Amino acid sequence: MAKAAVLSSPLPRPVVASVAFVSGFCIMTVEMLGARIMAPYFGGSVSVWGSIITVFMLALALGYLFGGRLSMRSPNALVFASFYVSAALFSLPIILFADAIMRPIFLAVEDARYGSLLASVVMFSVPTTLLGMISPYSVRLLVEREEHSGQMAGLLFFVSTIGSAAGTLGTSFYFVLWFEVNRILWGAVTALLIAAAIILVAGYMRGSLGLRVRGHEI
Amino acid sequence: MKSRLFPGLLLLALAAPAAGEVIHQERSLYRDITVEQNGPRRCLIFNVHRGDRNQTCIDLNEPERLVFSYTRMSFAGLLLTPEPASILVAGLGGGSIPMTFSDLFPDARIDVIEIDPAVVSVAKDFFLFEETANMRVYVNDARVFIKRAGLEARKYDYIVLDAFTGDYIPEHLLTREFLEEVRQILNPDGVLVANTFSTSRLYDHESVTYQRVWNEFYNFKLPTSGNRIIITRIGALPPRGDLTGAARRLAERVEKYDIPLLEYPARMSTRVDWDMSRRMLTDQYSPGNLLRD
Repeated sequence: MAKAAVLSSPLPRPVVASVAFVSGFCIMTVEMLGARIMAPYFGGSVSVWGSIITVFMLALALGYLFGGRLSMRSPNALVFASFYVSAALFSLPIILFADAIMRPIFLAVEDARYGSLLASVVMFSVPTTLLGMISPYSVRLLVEREEHSGQMAGLLFFVSTIGSAAGTLGTSFYFVLWFEVNRILWGAVTALLIAAAIILVAGYMRGSLGLRVRGHEI
Repeated sequence: MKSRLFPGLLLLALAAPAAGEVIHQERSLYRDITVEQNGPRRCLIFNVHRGDRNQTCIDLNEPERLVFSYTRMSFAGLLLTPEPASILVAGLGGGSIPMTFSDLFPDARIDVIEIDPAVVSVAKDFFLFEETANMRVYVNDARVFIKRAGLEARKYDYIVLDAFTGDYIPEHLLTREFLEEVRQILNPDGVLVANTFSTSRLYDHESVTYQRVWNEFYNFKLPTSGNRIIITRIGALPPRGDLTGAARRLAERVEKYDIPLLEYPARMSTRVDWDMSRRMLTDQYSPGNLLRD
């Protein structure tokens, strides 16, 4: 009964911090590759970058809103892990169907600015929104006492933004030199799934999966 | 160490006496553009800060003369396709190449693609470039323009790819997929002339990629130029004797532009002088800007 009253964290702090790093890393890896993926259809002009950044910003904004709202109802490891799994799944069309998505848009929209904007919405908005949901939800998972909430939010943004910086640098300096675009994307998908697995294991060990089996919380 | 130092010194030595009066300067979305005047010579320079790179120069007293070696070399394709009726030039610069084409072939349809609208106005305001009834400039990305041309089944007799100068390399214009799209819009008896990189690791990667798409090509280099021009066509390349014959027939017509066409056949080689084990550039793998050193 006391369990609900005390804000005991469903996950160890280092786990939340590490997976937040991973999500920040993956957001920027996909964003950096976005320009590369779209260049064959929409070119390398400044407007293509403009489309990508606009869509990422809007998707993250929505993700923050939804993630924050979801965090109000008994935050648990299972929901948290599901953000990672679904972001990974909704990134797959970028790998598997990029040409099938961009070709009809290229044919239908003459102006490369709006073509690239539309293609960005179709390919990147859903996975990026899902990744955006992670931040506010992680803050909720970290906060145990009211007076620490600002500090935890600061820690979370610190870690995930450092992850974003690392993802940007790693992708643009090294990964594109070593690997094909799709291989890098598979790497990001794998990283997200590994993060989900870590969350589930850690959540199971804390009994914070948010499930009830025969009257016991797991 | 030695090889890294030397080109830097050379560049300094070349840049110093070229400095003239800056008559126009602007920062566009893509680059810094400077126009410099030195006596009768007027030059377009991109990205002054990283060592002067003259993009195009004209001599105002004799504007039809082509000042740069690589600009003249772009006309070597005439040895394979002497009377092009349709011409595509990707990359405007100061406009010397399209203007020379327009002068040589007033009836040919000439399409010029330039991504940067600021370059178009500078070419018009300072380099005597003019659009004509037959010559139009399209402000667009070359990849987008060429892909659309392919879909609309438009074809050209003479294609010049000259979008690879300046500081940033457009990586999506180096890939196998792009070259296949270019191939689609080239007429069976047309010619492709590509101004590419002759130094750096990119030389090998680009050569491997061109060879994959075009089977064989002329590697055209001159000691007076740091550029390597790739010249190729869809069918087999003609024997060298044909080139010499064509050069003799055409030499007089291009004399006023200072194009030494007679010297060219001997410099066009099909010999493989690159590392064939290098990775081909594709839309999936094209780190051109990281391969330039």
